[in-house]
Amino acid sequence: MMENILQTSPILQLQGVTKFFGGLCAVKSFDLKLNKGDLAGLIGPNGAGKTTAFNLITGLYQPTKGEIHFNGEQISGMDPHEITRMGIARTFQNIRLFPNLTVLDNVRIAYHAHIDYSMADSIFRSPRFSRGEKELTEKAQDFLSIFQLEGIQDELAKNLPYGEQRRVEIARALACDPKLLLLDEPAAGMNPREIINLMELIGFIRERFNLTILLIEHQMRVVMGICEHITVMDFGEVIARGNPNEIQNNPQVVEAYLGKGAANAA
Amino acid sequence: MEVGFLLGSLLKIALLLGYLYGLLWVMGHPKLWVKALGVLAAFAIIQVALTDFNGFKLLNAFDQGLLFQAATMTMVALGLNLIYGFNGQFSLGQWGFYGIGAYCAADITYRWVNGDARGFLVVGIGIILAGLAIWGIGAFLKRYRGIPVLSSFTFYILGVVAAGFLAVKLGALLNPLIAPLLGTPANPGPLASGLALQVVFFFAVIFAGAFTAEISFLFGLPVLSLGSDYFGIATLGFAIVINTLMVNSDTILPFPEMKGGRGMIGIPKLTNWFWAFFFLLVVIILMRNLIHSSTGRAIMSVREDETASRAMGINVAENKLLTFVVGCFFAGIGGAVYAHYIGFLSPGTFDFLVGFNPLIIVVFGGLGSMTGTIAASFGWVFFLEGLLRVLLSQMGTEAPTWRYVLYPITLLLLILIRPQGLLGNVEWGFLKSVKVASRQKEAGTPPPGDAPQSIQEGA
Repeated sequence: MMENILQTSPILQLQGVTKFFGGLCAVKSFDLKLNKGDLAGLIGPNGAGKTTAFNLITGLYQPTKGEIHFNGEQISGMDPHEITRMGIARTFQNIRLFPNLTVLDNVRIAYHAHIDYSMADSIFRSPRFSRGEKELTEKAQDFLSIFQLEGIQDELAKNLPYGEQRRVEIARALACDPKLLLLDEPAAGMNPREIINLMELIGFIRERFNLTILLIEHQMRVVMGICEHITVMDFGEVIARGNPNEIQNNPQVVEAYLGKGAANAA
Repeated sequence: MEVGFLLGSLLKIALLLGYLYGLLWVMGHPKLWVKALGVLAAFAIIQVALTDFNGFKLLNAFDQGLLFQAATMTMVALGLNLIYGFNGQFSLGQWGFYGIGAYCAADITYRWVNGDARGFLVVGIGIILAGLAIWGIGAFLKRYRGIPVLSSFTFYILGVVAAGFLAVKLGALLNPLIAPLLGTPANPGPLASGLALQVVFFFAVIFAGAFTAEISFLFGLPVLSLGSDYFGIATLGFAIVINTLMVNSDTILPFPEMKGGRGMIGIPKLTNWFWAFFFLLVVIILMRNLIHSSTGRAIMSVREDETASRAMGINVAENKLLTFVVGCFFAGIGGAVYAHYIGFLSPGTFDFLVGFNPLIIVVFGGLGSMTGTIAASFGWVFFLEGLLRVLLSQMGTEAPTWRYVLYPITLLLLILIRPQGLLGNVEWGFLKSVKVASRQKEAGTPPPGDAPQSIQEGA
């Protein structure tokens, strides 16, 4: 197992990434390696530094120390939009759609980085503008169809029920044409039926778009059900790595989640 | 008398709104010839109303003044709506940029008709050189990562100052070639009369807009990186600085013709209905085409959620700057058109307190609604200045002051009853976003989330 990881070049590699907020160490020499096609999970109690790790990967925060490589290129120090353009897309823990824009526009925005008409084209409504706009609208509608959202394309995002908002957010992230998708608590606030749908959806998009996926999740059903590798964090540090089975039986993990006594009892 | 006047004024406002609706409707017509004819007709209607038929005019001089005031206010307010309503950056500096545009254009044409081509040459050459400098420095800085915004600002300002210096020298050098053709005010030369003067006026307006845009670029670059509230305060400060410069334009600035606080007189009154209508249409079309494009969606996404738009690959800083520059460009155009209608510029007109008017109009009409801004600009000018002022002045000499009590109350009521603005996000005709036909559900493709078999198919 270990040798396998070393042989292939990783799509994402974090080396000794540390982030301080003032005197508080949110993430401490964090190492992570993802290979192409992996579906990995990042778990840990609240405040463990999982979302901070995501923000470091996507460039919203700059690491205090350490390096992040994506496809062999160093991305720490880049702006978030540059990192997105290189092929990392994400969703947010508390859904961040554009509430007053329609579902279709929410998805169409993802193409802004890749449009092939200039501002002059749009001001003078050149044929290039019409062609480009038609193309990207069709692509966006393709995504909406995949996620069964084509009927609500003209709804404002804020008017959608929770589950659909999640789907729109994933559709929007995929429209960025990523190689690596980061999902921050995709199952938060979902009922058991919706969670099953979500797990199927994640598996489906991974195959269909040839993605590497890293997800943060508190719902153990999701993590244990679909992730192949799991990294457990606590107080900004990695306390365990392994496959779902190993993690479930790791006393340190049980301790982090349930407290010391529980670990002894187990 | 008063009731008749009241009804007449209200009818005028209603007719005007109907006119705007018709204009926007016809502009949005799919057939090109209908569009062209309709716009021509819209132009002609007002032109006829302004024409003097043996002493009879449909619109009297007072109404004419209101009409032009409303047209320029529309340009300024549309610019502000782009910045505040669409991009979410709370700017109080719009009025300052309006003033810059007004003074810049006025100076160009004033000098031109007084036998001095330097205004035209220096501003014209200056904006081109400065534009090139900004473009070049921008391309150069793009190659380096992580340059602090103040450092890049220093580069830009050095480049622009050098361009300005060069433009002044070149302008002085070229002036003797053109100046003899300009004549004097009493005896205008071939380039300072007729069609040539109209062409110069057209360029003066464009130059003033571009000049304002470049100033706004330099100002916006460091300031837009502040948060929205701080940005508002900074822009307010900018408006005050500009006003102070205007008051002292003849003492601390080398522009004796602007006459400082006494006000600039003798600006050629070149704005007629053709130019006002033309520039109004230019601003409306430019803004509408920008909004209904990928750039426009990016602009709105920044307003909605900056972090999310970053994560969508949008360069937020660049996007904000672009919006700010375009919005200020509109303000500059509006100022230039205004200056050549009124023929007299006083710093009092550009006081920052008056600068809240476009903000009120934008909120009144609805943030992020172009139709709302256009309708509110016309409605506001005709209601406040046209109706209330006249009506109240019949009740006593001091009574017109009451309108500043009445209209804040109106505004307050509107905010309470319709917080989304008078028109909300309703757009008329031309300004409506293009509806994309929604796709029918294709039968036979099971949903990926709901039916597991689709996963097998996909795999």
